[in-house]
Order: sequence, then structure tokens, then C-alpha cells
Amino acid sequence: MRPARSVMKRIIVLVLLLLAAMPARAQDAFLTALPGLGGGFGAQVEAVERLGALGDPRALPALRALSEGRLLRLADGTLLIRDGATQVNAATGAPQQAAEADTQRININNRVRGALRGALGQLQIISPDPDERFAAAEAIFRSRNAANVPLLEAALARESVPRVRERIALALAASRLVASDPAAKLAGITALGATASPEARSILLEARAANADVLPQIEAAVADIDRRLAIRRVAETAFQGLSLGSVLLLAALGLAVTFGVMGVINMAHGEFVMLGAYTTVIVQDLARDIPWLQPWSLPLAVPMAFLVTAAIGAAMERGLIRHLYGRPLETLLLTFGVGMMIQQAVRLAFGAQNREVISPPWMQGTLMLPFDVPVTANRLWILCFSLVIFALILAAIRMTRFGLEMRAVTQRRAIAAAMGIRTGRVDALTFAFGSGIAGIAGVALSQIDNVSPNLGTGYIIDSFLVVVFGGVGSLAGTLIAAFGLGVINKMLEPWAGAVLAKVFVLVAVMVFIQRRPRGLFPQKGRAAEA
Amino acid sequence: MTETSKITRRVALAGLTTALTAPAFRPSFAQAAPIKVGVLHSLSGTMAISETALRDTVLMMVEAQNAKGGLLGRRLEAVVVDPASNWPLFAEKARELLQVHKVDVTFGCWTSVSRKSVLPVFEELNGMLFYPVQYEGEEESKNIFYTGAAPNQQAIPAVEYLLGPDGGEAKRIVLLGTDYVYPRTTNRILRGFLNSKGITDADIMEEYTPFGHSDWQGIVARVKRFAGEGKKTAIVSTINGDANVPFYRELGNQGIKAEDIPSVAFSVGEEELAGIDTRPLVGHLAAWNYFMSVQSPANTEFKALWQAYIKNPRRVTNDPMEATYTGFNMWAQGVAKAGTTAVDAVRPAVIGQTFAAPAGYTETMLPNHHLSKPVMIGEIQADGQFNIVYKTPEVVPAENWSRFIPENANRRRG
Repeated sequence: MRPARSVMKRIIVLVLLLLAAMPARAQDAFLTALPGLGGGFGAQVEAVERLGALGDPRALPALRALSEGRLLRLADGTLLIRDGATQVNAATGAPQQAAEADTQRININNRVRGALRGALGQLQIISPDPDERFAAAEAIFRSRNAANVPLLEAALARESVPRVRERIALALAASRLVASDPAAKLAGITALGATASPEARSILLEARAANADVLPQIEAAVADIDRRLAIRRVAETAFQGLSLGSVLLLAALGLAVTFGVMGVINMAHGEFVMLGAYTTVIVQDLARDIPWLQPWSLPLAVPMAFLVTAAIGAAMERGLIRHLYGRPLETLLLTFGVGMMIQQAVRLAFGAQNREVISPPWMQGTLMLPFDVPVTANRLWILCFSLVIFALILAAIRMTRFGLEMRAVTQRRAIAAAMGIRTGRVDALTFAFGSGIAGIAGVALSQIDNVSPNLGTGYIIDSFLVVVFGGVGSLAGTLIAAFGLGVINKMLEPWAGAVLAKVFVLVAVMVFIQRRPRGLFPQKGRAAEA
Repeated sequence: MTETSKITRRVALAGLTTALTAPAFRPSFAQAAPIKVGVLHSLSGTMAISETALRDTVLMMVEAQNAKGGLLGRRLEAVVVDPASNWPLFAEKARELLQVHKVDVTFGCWTSVSRKSVLPVFEELNGMLFYPVQYEGEEESKNIFYTGAAPNQQAIPAVEYLLGPDGGEAKRIVLLGTDYVYPRTTNRILRGFLNSKGITDADIMEEYTPFGHSDWQGIVARVKRFAGEGKKTAIVSTINGDANVPFYRELGNQGIKAEDIPSVAFSVGEEELAGIDTRPLVGHLAAWNYFMSVQSPANTEFKALWQAYIKNPRRVTNDPMEATYTGFNMWAQGVAKAGTTAVDAVRPAVIGQTFAAPAGYTETMLPNHHLSKPVMIGEIQADGQFNIVYKTPEVVPAENWSRFIPENANRRRG
């Protein structure tokens, strides 16, 4: 009894000692590798790879700090991690404060960044947070290394979240492909071939040169992926076309009212769009200091831009344009001049430089639609936004009293006046309405284009093109023309190039207008003769 | 319409010029006639975004020189005209500067097409132009000094970096550009260079877009596909001006990281990045001969001078501004050496001038009217500045006639 107990005791002590010694040894390796992070790019890559392979969780804060530019070096080579206002020693984790002047930020380059991604992946694959594990699997997948096979096999066995499992399996397949075991290699190829991922396809193609023996299997796997990708590519092109169409639609909608309904050739239309974009900048600047308002600054900019540009539009109509009704040439020259004045005024007030517009987080990055079709978030929002605005305009014209008066005045001014409609007021409101819509378009375009004084000039030609092609006076025509031109442009682009695609579209529209001068949806009946 | 607007513009500019120069007037110079410095940069239109800063740089230099006592005991006077991003108007304005205002030297132009437009005017009237922007080369005029980079001082070292271990050992290259003379010529030179490095035409994708192109989704998706053929790919961008912001935004939104597909740009500097959130772009590259982040005493002085002049401690400096600054100093040294402002006397005096440029190197004006300059490659950082990851140990002499264009084989070098 007694000896057995003492043996047990000894074993326990031994195990405890071993347990205590193991982290100490790992820590030693950690401490020897760590200073490399402060060296040249070559030394950094080596240190990062060693720290990643060690699997010591103490390396995680230092590597994260390095990738985020928060790792500092003192003159004696000590590394500090900056965390807000406090600093901690990278080796010991103890707080250590140093003066700003004594520290030097450690810079990295793309090669170090790539190595960091792989190392962080190796360290985070055991993280308790499924999102971190997912990101880690993604990182290992991209940096693929045969040495990661056992790590990934263990991680896969532990994993319970399906989407993380899927990613780890993919990373494992990619790592197996670069391993030397032929059976594992084939398993990797089969697993990669079963996906619809362009990255997997890229990895397979890359492996072709080194694996002449399994070439037929690789080719078959690539063909499999290609078949799945073909459908997605069509969807992608269609989305790109619709997205371009939505931008054209937004830019043209205001003009569809001022030119289409009222018949005013407004060359300053682009400048109203630009003013809308600048209103966004101002609203964001004002909201910057108010934390609770900040996330709402972009939605808030929509009504603000409408009001600002509508007010300027109303002033312009009452002050200038109304004196020139029925004289289109003079109106064209006048609005062109006003446009140049607005442009230069903005340039003097805000400078010629681009202004920064902040994109809220929900408008950044890529979203996955069903069937894994990737779409960029900002363009998807703009597409939806353009359709909403279109519906609102249609409703305003069809269903409100203002819309009724507007249609009455544009169809038969004299009779409308005899019915008691104040035609002057309706003219001003209609022009303000169209200008306000241009301002709203500016809010959306600020998310995809430069906010500079030249913003509007790029859209004026396209806007007229869409309105004329769709049929002057027809809102539905504007919608169809915008989306039609967008999709055709994007379909032509891959084989004609961006410049020629645009030329082809212009030529096609010219031929079409020759044949049907009144556009896709010509006005019929009395309105056509007005 | 154009006639009236031109007249109003001229009146406005005359007013502007008087307003700008009047406060600089000092009685001590009253005896001698001032030395006239022409400024030919667009202050309106598409190029105003880049060129207004250069106008301000020249005005700053004129003021600084006058504070130092002028040149040859004479006061300097700036004559500012606005060619409004309109290429034929550049030639008219150049003629106006030389014939009406009789300027002694001109600093101006940004795009190659504007330089090509004024070149015959400067040659006919024997003027002197300092051109401060990196360009495609294939030109040499006795009336122009080129203080920006020639292709061998920017484009070729940058692509060499991408092919090297630090740049990621790219095996496929995408050449993206705006559709005009500078990107087309540069890409022609680069194609010759890449072919000489064993990269075949099958591994080169070349695409052009119109000025101000804003819809990059299709092209970026195609670049992704081109990069997905199993070879490391890099983008070389000669996209100019306004089109850069939507391009970078699309790169960020489609999740193209610099570790996977790095891009190097030749026309994107600190000024252009001021309009975008650079966090998704960290690691993408730009090649220049100067970055604001350069650590050198000359740069500290240059930045302090600029921010004091423009009265804004947050305004950035960039490569063409540095080239304007260096060119102005070389001209001033040349005038001091020649003892006159006569173009024919100043020209030989400027050649061979050296200047400790803000880039941190001593640059020399070569007999081919180009500078010897260092080459630097910077990575975009989250704060919109560049982290310099590579620079040549020595200055590189400009080679304005590229050896990668077959027709140049018979041309004398240097």
C-alpha cells in the first residue's frame, strides 16, 4: 500500500514537473524567435514562420500587433505591443511604458504579411470563437503548406460548426495537394474538385506542373469546377450589367422629369448630382462628432440632398429658366453656363481635391447571393435604392395631386390654367422635384465614384442618352433603357474592352434613334404633339 | 458662348495675377524690372485635382525666393494662366505667356498630351519649360527640362520589384491603363521588358479604359479570373486621375488583398489617396521618386515650407510637387551661374546643376535635359501615407529613349 502510494506520488510529481517544463521549453523557443520580428523583412518572415509553427499562444498578440502596425521597437531591441494608450512588453506581457520619441513602429511588406496570415491561421485554428476558426482555415487554405496536414486533421476532428468544418476540409485538401503522400494527394484533388470555388481551381492549376503523374485527375477536377462556375459567371455578368444600369437609372431619373416631362434641356443636371454628393460629405462631416448619429449619416443625407438641390433647382427655374420657355437653344446655353458656374463655385469653396466619403460597414465588402454568386455590397444597395426611388417617383406622378397637376400642365397648359391650376407654381415644383432627384442620385454615386467638382460632367451625356433612348416623357422607357444599356455594355466588355464596348453601345443607340426617333416607348396621342 | 467665357476667364485671371503678386511687391526691388515666372497648370476641369497643388508650389517658391532677396538683385513675379484641362488651350496660353507676358521661364503641364501641345510653341519662340511629372519618355527638346521620371526611373524598377522575391515573384502581369499616350507607350515598353524576362504574351493581360472610368466591376472580376489560373499575378496600373478612386474601391470591395494580387501604380500619390479610405488597400504599391514619408533634412524643410505656405498642417506633399521644387531650385541656380535670365545662356548653365532634393539624394541635371533620380517603392498604409519598402542605393540616370522599344536601337544614348 505504502510503496504503491509513494510510486504514485513520484509519478504525479514527475508528470507535474514535465508539464511545468514543457511550456518553459516552448517559451524558450518563443523567446529566441521573437526578436526576429523587429529585424529586416527576411528575418521577419523567418521569425513569423517559426512562431506560427511553435503553436505557442503567447505569440498571438505579438503577431497580431505586427500585422496591425502596433508593434514597436525600442533602441535596445525590446519589442512593445501598443494597445490603445498602454504598452506591454511582447516577451513578458508585462506593462512597460515608453516615450513616443523612443519607440519606432515596425513596418512590414507583402511577403511578411503573407507569412503572418499563415502563422495567425495556425495559431487561431484552436480559437474558441467559430468566426476566428473560420478565418484561420481560410488563411491556411490560402497559404497552403504540407506541414499543416496534421494540425488540420486534428482541427477537423474537433470541429462541430458545419460552415467552419467545410472550410477546414477545403484547407486540408489544399494542404494535402502539396504533401508528398500520393493517396492524400488524390483525396485532396477529389475534395477540391467537388467545390465551386475559383480559389480551389487556381490551386489545382498551380499543382499541374509539379504533379505530372496525377494530371488526368487534376484536369477532371478543374473541368468539374468550370462547369459549376459557368452558370455563376453568367449571373455575375448579369449583376454587373444591372448594377451599371442602376447607376445610369439614378443619374437619368431626375433628367427624365426635367427634360422628359417638362422639356427643359438642363445641362446643369450633372452639377445637381454633384451637389447631392457634396451634401453627403457635409452631412457626414457634421455627424462625425455625434456618435449616435454617425451610422445614420448616409440615410440622413438622402432627404438633405433632396432639399438642398430642390431649393437650388426652384431658384434656378424661377430666376432664369422660366424666362426662356419655348426657346430650347437659349435654355441649353444658359443651363450649360450655370453648370460651369456651380462647378467652379464648388471648386473654390471645397478645393479641387477629392473629398472622402465614408462607406458604412454594411456597404463594404462582398455578399454571397444564393448559388454562391458574389456581389459587392455597395452595388447591391445602390441597385435596390434606384428601384425604390423609381417606384416613389412613379407613385408621386401617378397618385398625388401634385403629379396630376404636373401632368395637366405639361399636356395642355392653357386648359390647366383655366381649371385654376397655378401653372407657374407647378413648373417651379416640377423642376425642383427633378433637381432633388438628381441630388438623391448624388448621394448614391458618392459611394462608388469620386466626390470632386467634376463628378457631374461624367454623367450628363449618359443621362441624356438613357432618356432619349427610352423615349422622352416615358419613365418606364427610362427604366428599361438604363438596364438594357447597362447589361449590353457589360456583355460586350469582356471581348471588346471597356473603351470599344462603350463605342459599340453609342453606335447601336445612334442607329436605333435613326430608325425610331422617338425612342423605345414613344409618347402617343395628344401628348406626342405637344 | 466660348468667346464670352474666355473673356471673363481672362479678366478674372488678370485680376487674380495682380492680386497674387501685389502683396509680394517690395520697394527694395523697385529699380530693376522683375523676372517673370510663368505658371501653366490647369486650375479648372478634370486635371485641376492634380495641378492646382503644383500652381501653389510654384507660387510658394517665388515667395520664398523673393524672401531670400530675389535673383540677380531682381524680384520674381509669377504669371498664372489657366489652360482649363483643355489641350489646345495649353498651346494658346503658352503663346500668351511667351509673347504677351514675356516670361523668362515657365513651370507647367501634367498630362503628356498637354506637353505635346505646347512643345512646338516653346521651340518656335525659344522659351524654357520645366515639366515636373513622370512620363513615357521618347522625347527630348532643348526648350524643355524634364524633372519627373523617365520609364527606366519608375516603371521598369517597379515591375522588376514585383518579379523579385520581396514583390511576390509574379509570373503573370496585368497592365491596366487609361486610354491615352502615356499608358500606351509605358505598357509597350513594359511588354518588351517582360518578354525579355521570359514572361510571354499569354501571361500578360492588357486593358484600357476611358478617362474618368467609374465602373470597374467587370475588369476587376476578369483580373481575378486571370489571376486564378495558378500563377502568381500582379497588377501594373497606369490609371490616371479620377478613375483611381473607384478602381481601388472596387479592389477593396471584391476582396483583392495585396498579399494575393499586389498592384503597383505609377500615378497614385498622397494627393490621390486623400479621397479614399485606405484601410482595405494596405500593401498595394506605388512607385515614385519621392514619398512624403522620406526621412531627410531636405524633406523636413520642404514639408515645413509647404504647410506654412498653404496654412494647413495636414496638407500632403507628393512626387510632382517635389519635382517642381527641385526644378525651380535648379533653374534658380542656373540663372545665378549664368548671371542673366536669357534662355540661351541659362540652358547650358542648368545642365550639370546638382541639388540635394527632398528625396534624400543629390540629383543632377543631365545633358539629355532629364534628372538622375532615386527610385522608391512604397506600400499604402492605413493612414494614406506610404511605407517605403525599397529604394535604389544610388540615383539612376534617366534614359528617355527606352531600350525596350525596337525603333530606338539606332538612336544615340545619353
